[in-house]
Amino acid sequence: MNLGIFLEQVPDGDGPWWLMLVQGLEWTLAVAALAWIVAFVLGSAIGVARTTDSRWLVRLGNAYVELFRNVPLIVQFFVWFFVVPGLLPPVKRWVVSVDPITYQLITSVVCLGLFTAARLAEQVRAGIQSLSAGQRSAGRALGLTQLQTYRYVLLPMAYRIIIPPLTSELMNLIKNTAVAYSIGLTELFFRTREMGEMTFRYFEAFGAATAIYVAIAFAANRAMALVERKVRVPGYIGGAK
Amino acid sequence: MNNSARSALALLTFALVTAPAAAQTLTGTLKKIKETGTITVAHRESSIPFSYLDDKQQPIGYAMDLCMKIVDAVKAELKMPALKVRLQPVTSSNRIPLMQNGTIDLECGSTTNSVERQKQVAFGPTYFVINVTAAVKKSSGIHALADLNGKTISTTSGTTSVPLIKKYEKTKNVAVKEIYGKDHAESFLLVADDRAAAFVMDDILLAGQIANSRDPSAYRIIPESLRQEPYSMMLRKDDPQFKALVDRTIGGVMKSGEIERIYAKWFTSPIPPKGINLNFPMTPAIKEAFASPNDKGV
Repeated sequence: MNLGIFLEQVPDGDGPWWLMLVQGLEWTLAVAALAWIVAFVLGSAIGVARTTDSRWLVRLGNAYVELFRNVPLIVQFFVWFFVVPGLLPPVKRWVVSVDPITYQLITSVVCLGLFTAARLAEQVRAGIQSLSAGQRSAGRALGLTQLQTYRYVLLPMAYRIIIPPLTSELMNLIKNTAVAYSIGLTELFFRTREMGEMTFRYFEAFGAATAIYVAIAFAANRAMALVERKVRVPGYIGGAK
Repeated sequence: MNNSARSALALLTFALVTAPAAAQTLTGTLKKIKETGTITVAHRESSIPFSYLDDKQQPIGYAMDLCMKIVDAVKAELKMPALKVRLQPVTSSNRIPLMQNGTIDLECGSTTNSVERQKQVAFGPTYFVINVTAAVKKSSGIHALADLNGKTISTTSGTTSVPLIKKYEKTKNVAVKEIYGKDHAESFLLVADDRAAAFVMDDILLAGQIANSRDPSAYRIIPESLRQEPYSMMLRKDDPQFKALVDRTIGGVMKSGEIERIYAKWFTSPIPPKGINLNFPMTPAIKEAFASPNDKGV
């Protein structure tokens, strides 16, 4: 093993290999952050929909979760990148007109966001259903609308309860960004493979990538642990120490 | 020492050691084969027509035919007619590590013999010479690489085409937008779907994709070259006995003219599984490689 390889210039590139990996890391983090926002907003909405009184909303939410959770992520990437523009002429016209990188970024964020939303929806549903039925009834008894009951009574507790699985989802999302290599997004795993193929120093390249993924997933884990400590409610899980 | 001097020396060494080879102690790959009773031949799964799986999932192809000549020579050399041949599929990412760690003994695919790779592995005689160029739709009106300026082009990630495009952009002052497919089929799909104007890759691989496409007559390969690259079978580095056997066997096939028949079988005739014909006659560079077998890398 020779770490000097990271200082060597990329053939006909614009810098040394370590810089290429760092640029890949930037894409990884950007995609993960944007996809997390999509997943959190959409996942919460669908999770809530699945616990409402409306049978129609529950079914729609269930269908969404089953669809996105049951199709392998790499297949979803393929569908968003190749099949959707192929089937929808307006999308195709737009795809051809924008820079390929823009479309790769949007595809990755949409694909990972929708995929992770399905998983988040399941967590949110579980969190809400873990609360005693009395809480919902109490909200109603106070004269709150269904929306207000969710906003002020159910969700504040449900989110606190599901912080540990949410942490797992965030870490999964960060690691899942690696699949974006399959549509040519130059994220960390793409750069790692490229470095391996061009220098044949697979051990160093993948060693570095492993260390970076572990480091960012661990950082995400610690950040979520901090959130967990900050928002805990005395008397509830994690709050009674 | 330059490459031709090195191959000359290899030939000389070979000439000196051939006669008493049987009596000589075996080393490297030949020793390993003798001890284990097995030779592991690595193949690709979709490098048409070099090394790919047919409809019965058996590896076949031009490189496989040549490698089987080597296997026969090993059987004769070691006097092991019952030698077991293990077939191991490899990818462009794992072929070099698997060669280095001893999992595979001989790789028969579409591997470019490069000076950079020669630091890690060794190569047999060049059996094919490709040109890196571009496939475009005839309707695109693109006739030369320079016409690609300002266009989006596709290529397959992790291939040697990537730095070549960057170099071309810098030296010719051409700006293109690159989009990467994870395999050749996806890169080609981007052109077929009009998402990219051209697919930049080895000409023979482009011919394969075009021959397989829905309408082969809609595409054209630009008669220019970003670079010529020799393809060869990959061996372990620093293994003079096995290398000499490979050079002698494949050199013999080339000198005897048998190569013409094997070439025609794969490049100018219908090939399994779909019976497509690549229509790829020998280029001058390929004829040259057959006339004087060598393992020069690029």
